[in-house]
Amino acid sequence: MAEEKRIRVLMAKPGLDGHDRGARVLTLGLRDEGLEVIYTGLRQTPEMIVQAALQEDVDVVGLSCLSGAHKYLFPAVVEQLKAKGVEDVLVIGGGIIPKEDIPFLMKKGVSAVYGPGTSIKEIANCIKGKVKRK
Amino acid sequence: MELVESMLAGSERSLARLITLVEREAPEVPEIMSQIYPRLGNAYFVGFTGPPGGGKSTLVDRLTAVMRARGFSVGVVACDPSSPFSGGAVLGDRIRMQQHYLDKGVFIRSMATRESRGGLSRAAHGVLKLMDAFGKDFVLVETVGVGQTELDIMDAVDTTVVVLVPEAGDTIQTMKAGLLEIADIFVVNKADREGADYLVMELKQMLQMNPKQSWWQVPALATQATNDIGIEELYLEIERHREALQGAGRLSLHRQEQRRREFIQTIEQRLMARLLDLAKRDGRLMASLERVERGESDPYSASMQILTNKTILQSWLAELEMEG
Ligand SMILES: Nc1nc2c(ncn2[C@@H]2O[C@H](COP(=O)(O)OP(=O)(O)OP(=O)(O)O)[C@@H](O)[C@H]2O)c(=O)[nH]1
Ligand SMILES: [Mg+2]
Repeated sequence: MAEEKRIRVLMAKPGLDGHDRGARVLTLGLRDEGLEVIYTGLRQTPEMIVQAALQEDVDVVGLSCLSGAHKYLFPAVVEQLKAKGVEDVLVIGGGIIPKEDIPFLMKKGVSAVYGPGTSIKEIANCIKGKVKRK
Repeated sequence: MELVESMLAGSERSLARLITLVEREAPEVPEIMSQIYPRLGNAYFVGFTGPPGGGKSTLVDRLTAVMRARGFSVGVVACDPSSPFSGGAVLGDRIRMQQHYLDKGVFIRSMATRESRGGLSRAAHGVLKLMDAFGKDFVLVETVGVGQTELDIMDAVDTTVVVLVPEAGDTIQTMKAGLLEIADIFVVNKADREGADYLVMELKQMLQMNPKQSWWQVPALATQATNDIGIEELYLEIERHREALQGAGRLSLHRQEQRRREFIQTIEQRLMARLLDLAKRDGRLMASLERVERGESDPYSASMQILTNKTILQSWLAELEMEG
């Protein structure tokens, strides 16, 4: 009996910011929405995130950034995923991202950016919808 | 299969993809397994089990470093529980293994237990085989620390390491949990805390009084995973156990037994799944179920009525045949 497809998400915090409360809350919330979430913790370089995403064969990479380095870090993850031939992974972002940066991130291949006010349900539904259409 | 060929040629991406297929119990699984079968038998499997938070992942991380320093390649399969409510899971073992993320000789995969109620996902056996075929020298398997009998792990690995902590209570609890029967090696981790020496001593005494096999005296050793203390010793014990197993053909006997159980389990699972599927569509069974639900007949006689009814059984068989 073939299993239904379970969505796998890698949750990572690139860069140097010191706490990951938001990412943890989101991780638990997505689990309660039926997703499998691999949590990799703080201070990840884009290389580390990409290698983990590759080995874990995830559908989604969730990046959270509070330090302001998202304009460099998020596109770096997207590019390195491509370079490794991992083309079909959705990269989504969250944390403290100024509205005016969002178009730039989207142009660089980030699929969605969620602000602090977005509900977990909303994020989960958005992920489910996008993964299905893949 | 192209994916299998590129995996055998060394593609990590293909390995990752194949693991996903096996995990999903996809229709391609028999084909994958038959294609990798000739390449199996080179990896050595070590399992880690024990109560939650005892330091299994940290030990796996440090042990991986020791094995890499000796030039071995390492695969890690780390299981965490699926939520019985949502079906989702938080897989958090990897967080302890960050030092190996960029090492080409280490492949780490997190797995949720999904339908399995034990400490390992049902698909874990297949995943271990993929790691073997990929060419890993050692594959380290971490189970969910449910703290109860962890027979799953014995069926999957060659050496089982049971990880306890000083606060684990006395050895009676260890015995009650059935951990005595499954351990090839006992580790008392977090030995930087009080009570570790005492627990090690007590374990040793008990192990001497209850020898598991004539050819292997189960050792108990103290470690401090976070301080990198005792890891080299743990590695040497694993090697000693491996040598003892390999002596007198015990390892091949052990694996023979594992294959037997795996075969029977696979048949059981497939049969169950198809039968349940069939039964759900069977009007007579559903009618009987409703009577049981309403309390009009008891579950035992109702199930016997179904299982002794030749016409029902024959119609199921006919449907199974039609489905091929
Ligand atoms: N004091 C002390 N803490 C340790 C030691 N080894 C691990 N820890 C800590 O114990 C906690 C749990 O460690 P893990 O390696 O995640 O334990 P685990 O058994 O894999 O946990 P689960 O997978 O959740 O069952 C972490 O905070 C570790 O840093 C040790 O030797 N001494
Ligand atoms: Mg763990």
